Amino acid sequence: MEWLESFWSIYGTLVLSLGTNILLALSIYLTLCCGLLTVANAAFMGIGAYTAALLTLNTGIPFFIALLAGALLPAMTAALLAPPTLRLSGVYLAMATLAFGEIVRIAILNTESLTGGALGLNGIPQMTGLIHVALAVCLAMYFLLRMARSRFGRTLTAISQDETATELMGLNVRAYQLTVFISGAALAGLAGALNAHFTFFISPGEYGFERGVEILAMGILGGAGSPWGAVVGATVITLLPEALRGLGHFRPLMNGLILILIILYSPRGLWDLLRARHLQRA
Amino acid sequence: MLALSSIAKNFGGLQVLRGFNLSVPARGIFGLIGPNGAGKTTVFNLITGLLAPSAGTIEFAGYRLNGWAPHRITRAGIARTFQNIRVFKEMTVMENVLVALGERRHYGARQIFFPGRQIRMLEQREREQAREVLARVGLAAKSDSLAGQLSYGEQRRLEIARALATEPKLLLLDEPAAGMNSAEKQQLMGEVVKLGEAGLGIMIIEHDMRFVMGLCERITVLNFGEVIAEGTPDEIRANDAVVEAYLGQDETEPAAS
Repeated sequence: MEWLESFWSIYGTLVLSLGTNILLALSIYLTLCCGLLTVANAAFMGIGAYTAALLTLNTGIPFFIALLAGALLPAMTAALLAPPTLRLSGVYLAMATLAFGEIVRIAILNTESLTGGALGLNGIPQMTGLIHVALAVCLAMYFLLRMARSRFGRTLTAISQDETATELMGLNVRAYQLTVFISGAALAGLAGALNAHFTFFISPGEYGFERGVEILAMGILGGAGSPWGAVVGATVITLLPEALRGLGHFRPLMNGLILILIILYSPRGLWDLLRARHLQRA
Repeated sequence: MLALSSIAKNFGGLQVLRGFNLSVPARGIFGLIGPNGAGKTTVFNLITGLLAPSAGTIEFAGYRLNGWAPHRITRAGIARTFQNIRVFKEMTVMENVLVALGERRHYGARQIFFPGRQIRMLEQREREQAREVLARVGLAAKSDSLAGQLSYGEQRRLEIARALATEPKLLLLDEPAAGMNSAEKQQLMGEVVKLGEAGLGIMIIEHDMRFVMGLCERITVLNFGEVIAEGTPDEIRANDAVVEAYLGQDETEPAAS
């Protein structure tokens, strides 16, 4: 028991970060698995974080309601953003969502009276516990694994391989894309809301371009073939810097090098590689 | 059943189709032929909603299809295959067909996230349906192979199976025999005839003249965006304008026979 307590006091935040990173990776898995390259998830995370944090700081509403609002507002934003942006595809969609992310960051930066601007929000009550994060991850995994196995998931795979052909099978491709885009935004928002309530402090810089790329890296590293890929990707991206702590200044360099090697040798993601090994042995 | 009236299609300054009229009967096999660049695939793209006509109307089974989204047109009963094969290469043959069967029944959040015995039985039935469709094109034995690993001819037949799975009234085949050897062509002809006999309307774009002449009851010939001939295979064969479009015009009187 004593061992567990000391472990938690050192690594507690890391474990919670791992949980919220898994949620973020799952949020990008949703759009990646039907071939949409969007990088707005960091912005949705930020909207969720600010919404929930402002609610708990300024009103006395229960934590659960704050989390719900932190998922709903990004989802509504995504619903507004989708009609113009989902007409694009490939790198053009990535560019448009990237621009949206910058708009969100700059908006937060310049609404000082509400968001604290560049100084961020301080003293957010630490309400997120292991139970909340674990529950969120388990529920998200349950729903996404079910989805992946259903006809809905099969249609998403078809869309990722050939949008036009899927459309001509009588399937409303736009509606499917809208659904995953909005659900992904809700999931990223929930991750942001949970994250804000254990880091004590949030600022607009945390939800910028770098975070967007990090989320994308988690999704691609793990592979978009299964929700488990997102879990693997998030775990590697979260724990790798910790494992390399001894390297001092060379840590980011080594971190990047390892990621490049993984992508080079397993371009379809780590999950695919792990599964292939398993199949070979069987 | 399908009627295109005074259709025009421009890509910028390029007029691909002008004053194009076409009427496809509800039953039987209908051919659309013409030299390369005549605008044949554009006709298919207009019918299936991938392109919007610059002028004219498209009517099918009493509906005016102008402005409809492609998936709605498919659900109304028009299915097609593609000149450049577009099977879902990284899915199995069975899954390719299952995707196309998909939209027939309502499938809500409860069925996705909390599938009961009922859903599993439904999925079982769908697999059987998919197997029947695959059997119609002779691919039943390949149902667990990845679509990308099939031969060229098999991929073309998988496209037909996938189109059939949407339960169409009219099937559009865009160069179904391209790249097939003569044995495969022969087999495909047999399959297409059987589909026609089963009561399906079929419209074919094809370059292989023996294939078209052997299958189609009526043929329309398109050249530079205009219909130059229409009729039975024998009439088309004897039509001077068609021969000229394909072989060119002699400047002198024919020296040899």
